[in-house]
Amino acid sequence: MSQSLKVPTMAEYMAEGKQPEILFWVGSAGSYDDRAKKITRAFVKLLNKANVDFAVLGTEESCTGDVAKRAGNEFLFQMQAVTNIEILNAYDVKNIVTACPHSYNTLKNEYPELGGNYNVKHHTEYIEELISSGRLKIENNSNLKGKRITFHDPCYLGRANEVYEAPRSLLKSLGVDLVEMKRNRRTALCCGAGGAQMFKEPEKGDQDINVLRTEDALKTNPNVIATGCPYCNTMMTDGVKAKEREAEVEVFDIAELIAQAENL
Amino acid sequence: MEYLPNILFAIALIAGIGYFAKNVKKLIRNIKLGKAVDVSDHKKQRWQNMIRIALGQSKMVRRPVAGILHVIVYIGFVIINIEVLEIIIDGLFGTHRVFSSLGSFYGFLIGSFEILALLVFVAVIVFWIRRNVIKLQRFWKAEMTSWPKNDGNFILYFEMVLMALFLIMNATDIPFQNMESGNVISQFIAPWFNGASESTLHIIERLAWWLHILGILVFLNYLYFSKHLHILLAFPNTYYGKVKPKGQLNNLESVTNEVKMMMDPNADPFAAPAENDTEDVPEKFGASDVTDLSWVQLLNAYTCTECGRCTSECPANQTGKKLSPRKIMMDTRDRLEEVGKNIDANNGEFKDDGKQLLGDYISNEELWACTTCNACVEACPVSIDPLSIIVEMRRYLVMEQSAAPMELNNMMTNIENNGAPWPYNQMDRLNWKDE
Ligand code: SF4
Ligand code: SF4
Repeated sequence: MSQSLKVPTMAEYMAEGKQPEILFWVGSAGSYDDRAKKITRAFVKLLNKANVDFAVLGTEESCTGDVAKRAGNEFLFQMQAVTNIEILNAYDVKNIVTACPHSYNTLKNEYPELGGNYNVKHHTEYIEELISSGRLKIENNSNLKGKRITFHDPCYLGRANEVYEAPRSLLKSLGVDLVEMKRNRRTALCCGAGGAQMFKEPEKGDQDINVLRTEDALKTNPNVIATGCPYCNTMMTDGVKAKEREAEVEVFDIAELIAQAENL
Repeated sequence: MEYLPNILFAIALIAGIGYFAKNVKKLIRNIKLGKAVDVSDHKKQRWQNMIRIALGQSKMVRRPVAGILHVIVYIGFVIINIEVLEIIIDGLFGTHRVFSSLGSFYGFLIGSFEILALLVFVAVIVFWIRRNVIKLQRFWKAEMTSWPKNDGNFILYFEMVLMALFLIMNATDIPFQNMESGNVISQFIAPWFNGASESTLHIIERLAWWLHILGILVFLNYLYFSKHLHILLAFPNTYYGKVKPKGQLNNLESVTNEVKMMMDPNADPFAAPAENDTEDVPEKFGASDVTDLSWVQLLNAYTCTECGRCTSECPANQTGKKLSPRKIMMDTRDRLEEVGKNIDANNGEFKDDGKQLLGDYISNEELWACTTCNACVEACPVSIDPLSIIVEMRRYLVMEQSAAPMELNNMMTNIENNGAPWPYNQMDRLNWKDE
């Protein structure tokens, strides 16, 4: 697994007096969470394969503050935002790509008023661009061909920012059998992680949200549940376990599926 | 004595409209208790939203059955009310069907009104069945008891009666029936009264006419107390509704100022406040009562139709949590009404009543159940944003009361200490590269 990845940092670029095409914003989950780190690595493999000039902030990156803001701690959020913006602006960053819809939403929508203006893309949007510009080719003989895959819309990508089609078109380009859940796109049910729920026990109720959403997904009889958010990934993975279906149903990020198809 | 009906009519009209105007004034005053917010941006998009969502009912038809029925009632109700103009002129001047001189066009108009009236009547019956016989879940949630439940049905009865009166009034109007034009529906109702003498018919016709117009005036004044206020407020509300991406929460300006102060090495924390800095009361972060919310959020509360589309899409509500976004809106309106009445009772000054929105209406448990998923915002047919109120109240809980659940406090401490919601060393951020 420890195939070596090329992951330059902004500091290294700066030292060489160069500017990368994009900054890859890894996010806290992508940096520390064991499951999410795999997504991060998969995406980097794709970037390496497409010869994208990218960099990360590495140890200079800090939480965007999304979760603090949604928990109600506007103060902490803005402290994080101002700190991050200072660093991003010092490096003169223009384009940011991230695999986390929460970072995406915050960087794209909430940083501009605080002085951080960047062109922000979700990794599914960016991969789609790499494919359409011919920089990344999808071999159409992947092992995923014909597999039943359902896509769970992350709230912060879908409803929050109305990106519904990029992930789907990537899945279709893999030749998979894309099956939709009854609630999809703007009516998709949340996985239950947003709004800081990821970090606390759910309030009293009669079911866990991730289990309800996993039931939605399982009704499509999928081989794979695909998603585009590290938190959704955790929630759906736990949901599949709760339903004791982990032997037949796997949960993957779109970047991982494409990396698999590319045998990376 | 000959003019008695005209005088009575004028009195009823003035009383009805006058009382309505008084309530509208109160409504506007209450909404203005909210904080100022800049809504001068995106003018074009705002007009488009209003036309599409309020006039065009674009979000209603996403649920086709309810949507189409609602469009019928809406169009029917608006168009049939053109007839009210004639009723008012007739009532004031003692004429009878003053527009009938328009001839066949009049027949066409009344004919269309009759068809619409029948459609509205049928649609309203279907609505009633959905509420009371099929018992659609969203009309039977915890917050839909007592008044809200009755309110929903009252409106349906009102509409049924008004439509029936309109048709009966036409059916018993002998000159109108003799015109043989425009009585598309009422000609089938007329035979029900076959046995009655001409004078009885006339009495029934007059009775229906009076009840119809009085009913409309009562209905107009009922609005203020009802979820039915949305027939008026849906228009401003969709105009002032959110035009930013749904995921974007506002940045608190008061916090921005403080953060800037803290981050600016040149700022002197002991400096005397600038001359124009008139605010010596430290600003309150977040909302614990309705007056801490923005006036758009208060307008939202008055606009809420209590349809429950938000709640039926809410992941927290669907999994048995206490949170219901509809209840958030209803609580906000109820508390705002309470504050308004308090102001009325105390000569225009609010007297502390020891109550507030937070705690007395909305509990912490409800607020902490929200996943900020925006499903409620997406579902709302009249552009209401319950999430923004939830976030505003969480801000108060966290920044004014430090009352976040323990796990969240730990998470926030982690962010403060090491820039991530988990207790990992910031220096390990890039370790994934080599794992
Ligand atoms: S944003 Fe909160 S209140 Fe609205 S639907 Fe989602 S969980 Fe429910
Ligand atoms: S907030 Fe909107 S969706 Fe929810 S009950 Fe009110 S009108 Fe219906």
